[in-house]
Amino acid sequence: MQSNTNAVPEKTDLNIGYIPLTDCAPLAIAKEKGFFSAEGLTVKLSRESSWANIRDKVSAGVFDAGHMLAPMPIAAALNLDGLHTPMLTALSLSLGGNAITVSKKLYEKLAEFGQDLSRPLASVSALKQLLAQHQAEKRPPLTLAHVFPFSCHNYLMRYWLASAGIDPDKDVRLVVIPPPLMVNALAAGQIDGFCVGEPWNTQAIANGIGVAVSTGVDIWQGCPEKVLGVTQAWAQHYPNTHQALLRALLNGAVWLENMQNRAEASAILTGHGYVPVEPALLKTFECGEFQFCGTGPVVPVPDFCVFYRHAATFPWVSHADWLIGQMQRWGQIPAGHAVGAVSAQVYRPDLYRQAAHDLGLPYPLADRKTEGSHAQRWWAETESEPISMGGDCFFDQIMPA
Amino acid sequence: MPKLNILLVDNDPDRSAVVRQALQEVGYHVIANLGDDVNLSKNVFSLQPDIIIIDMDAPGRDTLEQMREIQRGQAKPIILFSAPDDQHFMQEAIRAGVSAYMLEGLNQSQIMPVIEVAMARFREFQTLQKELEDTRSKLAERKVIEKAKGIIMTRKGLDEESAYQMMRKMAMSQNKRLVDLSQAIVSLEDLLG
Repeated sequence: MQSNTNAVPEKTDLNIGYIPLTDCAPLAIAKEKGFFSAEGLTVKLSRESSWANIRDKVSAGVFDAGHMLAPMPIAAALNLDGLHTPMLTALSLSLGGNAITVSKKLYEKLAEFGQDLSRPLASVSALKQLLAQHQAEKRPPLTLAHVFPFSCHNYLMRYWLASAGIDPDKDVRLVVIPPPLMVNALAAGQIDGFCVGEPWNTQAIANGIGVAVSTGVDIWQGCPEKVLGVTQAWAQHYPNTHQALLRALLNGAVWLENMQNRAEASAILTGHGYVPVEPALLKTFECGEFQFCGTGPVVPVPDFCVFYRHAATFPWVSHADWLIGQMQRWGQIPAGHAVGAVSAQVYRPDLYRQAAHDLGLPYPLADRKTEGSHAQRWWAETESEPISMGGDCFFDQIMPA
Repeated sequence: MPKLNILLVDNDPDRSAVVRQALQEVGYHVIANLGDDVNLSKNVFSLQPDIIIIDMDAPGRDTLEQMREIQRGQAKPIILFSAPDDQHFMQEAIRAGVSAYMLEGLNQSQIMPVIEVAMARFREFQTLQKELEDTRSKLAERKVIEKAKGIIMTRKGLDEESAYQMMRKMAMSQNKRLVDLSQAIVSLEDLLG
């Protein structure tokens, strides 16, 4: 592989949009710790209030790139958003990071049907029993919120519900609420639960409004979450800029992976307005610990949100395959709509490998892994030392031996 | 052509009043003017608008994205993202801060004029607001400078003109804006009394 490090970026002044969530950290760190400028890039990060806004601004060229939900570039490539602007990603920004939190009221009812409700299997089966009781009493359906139609939050929540035989489109009401408004909606009783990223679960839990009934990675270990999305046209016009951007963000991810840097990262996120909340709410990010219930114990959740290790930055084509499968499962992709080779057009490990190679970082040789086949730690083959990988099983599957 | 029902969603009441009026003047029917997105999905269901014009930065946009999702596969979809396949038009709309959703089945020639009116008003409003802000900050600057001048006059026993000249000279030699220098003088006076 030839090095791209000496190639001159075609464009050096960049605008990138992000949503105020803890997992915008790789972008914030690349800027504040000088990884962008080390690549000769001047990046303006712009805080946005909706995923739709990021998508539209990237589509229209107002932004060069965006902090996106992993399914967004796929939806764009399949034109499910109607914008006719195919996108791609060559870098995953994070794995995991979500949790499902329900109102205290709902939690207390669920507790009548099950124990250890912090596990997805127990909590969803309790929910199933409660819904059966509600149906018998002819009560209105519960309302659960997620953040965007093309989001892992939507698919994880649906996967969780459907595993117990709950029809997400009939047995409950699913609505979309922007993350910063989630906690208020739960407090006001507009919704009974939500699946959202941090720090919003922690905020609901710390305020005694909600209790978590599963983390995202307890539903699917190492599930994809955010990616760096660009339009396919942009990637073609600015290949060197794209590589420089990937290198800067990879360096940011490596820096973030060191837990000793997390306190500083946390101060940057809250102090520079990236995630405008009390620093105490970033405990999960800072220490890898999570408190499911305000009165419960603080438990270690080292893989709650992963930025670099376990090849977290690698754009596995098998992630895209799974996401496309969910879009089909839930009718977002109409039956008969050809999907073809879209996953490999949108997820671009080849571009990733170039950037990793130029930084001397290891990269997986395979484009895909068999999702759901690794219950334990395993090793991904590279050209040099193998990469230590986390599991990728689903909570309801029979674990392979 | 049946009259189009428009729903406006904008948390700036002054701006949405202007946009509403402009749309009504050219003959559209603005059925409601929502100031926040708290009950957005409920309102859209009950009001059944043909077109929704929404502030680009309203967080409720993601809620609308899901509503078009819900409607998919049903007889009469309520809303659909309306950005015509025209990159330039979309950029213009984004710069003006407008996004729009419309009833499926409406064609571009029906929707474009509505968005254009909204865009023009949004832009006009932005310009006005910027002018207003500029005027406000100039007034505030003026006040600080006057105050600093007063301090120099008392402390140094100078007349107004000499105090002003002294401050100007100092600002120039320190490569500072007069207002920043004045602010420093005022702060120092507060501190030293």
